[in-house]
Amino acid sequence: MPSNKSVSDAPITQFINCRILRDNELQREDLWVREGRILDPEKLFFDEQGYADKRVDCGGSIIAPGFIDVQINGGYGIDFSQASEDVSDGVSFVAKKILEHGVTSFCPTLVTSPPEVYHKVLPQVKVHDGGPHGAGVLGFHLEGPFISAEKKGAHPEKYLRTFKSGGLEHLMEVYGSLDDVAIVTLAPELPGSQSVVRELSQRGITVSLGHSAADLSQAEEAVQQGASFITHLFNAMLPFHHRDPGIVGLLTSDRIPAGRAVYYGMIADGIHTNPAALRIAHRAHPSGLVLVTDAITAMGLPPGRHTLGQQVIEIQGLHAYVAGTKTLSGSIATMDMCVRHFKQASGCSVQEALEAASLHPAQLLGISPKKGKLDYGSDADLVLLDEGLNVKATYISGEEVWRKGQ
Amino acid sequence: MKLIILNDYDQASEWAAKYIRNKILQFSPGPNKYFTLGLPTGSTPLGCYKKLIEYYKNGDLSFQYVKTFNMDEYVGLPRDHPESYHSFMWNNFFKHIDIKAENTHILDGNAADLQAECDSFEKKITAAGGFSIGPDGHIAFNEPGSSLVSRTRVKTLAKDTIMANARFFDGDLSKVPTMALTVGVGTVMDAKEVMILITGAHKAFALYKAIEEGVNHMWTVSAFQQHPQTIFVCDEDATLELRVKTVKYFKGETLNHRSCSC
Repeated sequence: MPSNKSVSDAPITQFINCRILRDNELQREDLWVREGRILDPEKLFFDEQGYADKRVDCGGSIIAPGFIDVQINGGYGIDFSQASEDVSDGVSFVAKKILEHGVTSFCPTLVTSPPEVYHKVLPQVKVHDGGPHGAGVLGFHLEGPFISAEKKGAHPEKYLRTFKSGGLEHLMEVYGSLDDVAIVTLAPELPGSQSVVRELSQRGITVSLGHSAADLSQAEEAVQQGASFITHLFNAMLPFHHRDPGIVGLLTSDRIPAGRAVYYGMIADGIHTNPAALRIAHRAHPSGLVLVTDAITAMGLPPGRHTLGQQVIEIQGLHAYVAGTKTLSGSIATMDMCVRHFKQASGCSVQEALEAASLHPAQLLGISPKKGKLDYGSDADLVLLDEGLNVKATYISGEEVWRKGQ
Repeated sequence: MKLIILNDYDQASEWAAKYIRNKILQFSPGPNKYFTLGLPTGSTPLGCYKKLIEYYKNGDLSFQYVKTFNMDEYVGLPRDHPESYHSFMWNNFFKHIDIKAENTHILDGNAADLQAECDSFEKKITAAGGFSIGPDGHIAFNEPGSSLVSRTRVKTLAKDTIMANARFFDGDLSKVPTMALTVGVGTVMDAKEVMILITGAHKAFALYKAIEEGVNHMWTVSAFQQHPQTIFVCDEDATLELRVKTVKYFKGETLNHRSCSC
């Protein structure tokens, strides 16, 4: 196709010499972008008789939709759960750094905290688009405090809560506002949770089950009320038992309402879950697997002691523990590391590994096909990868926001 | 008439593509001197298109000053439907080469006034073209019984054609278009040169009817016996219904053509 000035004012970019993830497979096709969205070149040709203004030679790279991380607690020394004056700066700092990992949208996550922290932090960060300044914020993920004491993991026990009468009102008192909240993780066995799940779902907030000792029927009840996600499957929940599979049983439950799906987060860092367990989950329900980093403050930092929420954690190699214990407190793997590890551990295809980090989180949050896909009209949030799934460049709305080596 | 017989489909496709390439290069098109090409759809010309794309990618051929006219398009099918002939041409040819959109012409099956669309298309054509035929010896959608002097018009498709096409529409007959716009036999006869690509044993009977029997409107491709410059390019399988004498005669000729045009 000749590269001439196109007929419209907005410049058109054509990515050539690439393989794109589309329709669940890697296709040898060019990718066209105009005004921040993927463009249909056939319509451009026949309807507008237009061409590309600029061609980007991808050197054989894979182009996937930008990764979406729905559980990330901080990184590079920033802890989202710290009630500071400059939360917004901290979120922006991390947002910029994670572009290097191919992440173009994320949900800053807050662990169990006292109300003062929520009241201070939540109003400071609004849902906003990404760009050269960093990955886009899709909304907060509030993990706790309405979780099980028995399965608190690294969360501080003194700030755990149960639902008082008037479930949602109580929740609103604790959080302050739900305006920029995308996901809430709670334990469905807590009395009064059913109405909370229902009302949160009706407001368009994704309800996730996690840090819970619920049995399968309690979990299924929550799904019927609208819950659609499981927070870090296997971790902080009852283990699978053949007579009561617990929350894990949702992967193959036959009581999921028609037309709905249950997604589950997996921390594929090689530490939080044994590869055999990862494979069992993947094989049982491949289309629901959502890769999350659950990255903590120390991600990107050297070994040593750092703060997470109201507690202190310790880094040893790729492991992060609650200081003085062997309880895992979160992961320091980056999203692209998780994609590579998932592919290698599960033996899945490149396309499946990439979809677990893009398409599935987008579907979970109900923002597909705008995000998480390379369909005509989708946002041009892209990640260019080599054969080994290492990030070479990241684009948001068709604009290059990070390139390796620069 | 020339009958060029190649061993198999790939060789026939390559011969046809080289012929077109050489014709374009000899013509030496420029901004004031466009080369005009009439183009078919279907499975037969795919190999030829692949070869032409290869010549473009090698830098041997440019389509910057080439105008193309397609022969037909379904009525009522959205332009970006995967089975429309617009989509076929985009995916199998246009998107891989340097042709300009304004130089391509395909009948608009969604035009408000279909006959006006056909008339205006007729006016745009002065062609040196290459075309294909279907299993019953028709050119584009000029099915048996089409007038040999017909022009571009709306045609109702034969039941057999609709059944054969159903496989592209998930086997659902109700989704298959029942009408199409097509250039006429007369339109194609006005071309300076016509190349007909026929490959495969299932087309052997049509080839026999096209060149060994008389001109007949039940086998519209036979009309080209009366065209001054026609080439039939086929593979061995397509000659299976011809007389041995015919094949030997044209094979003798082919040796001459191979050495001078490729």
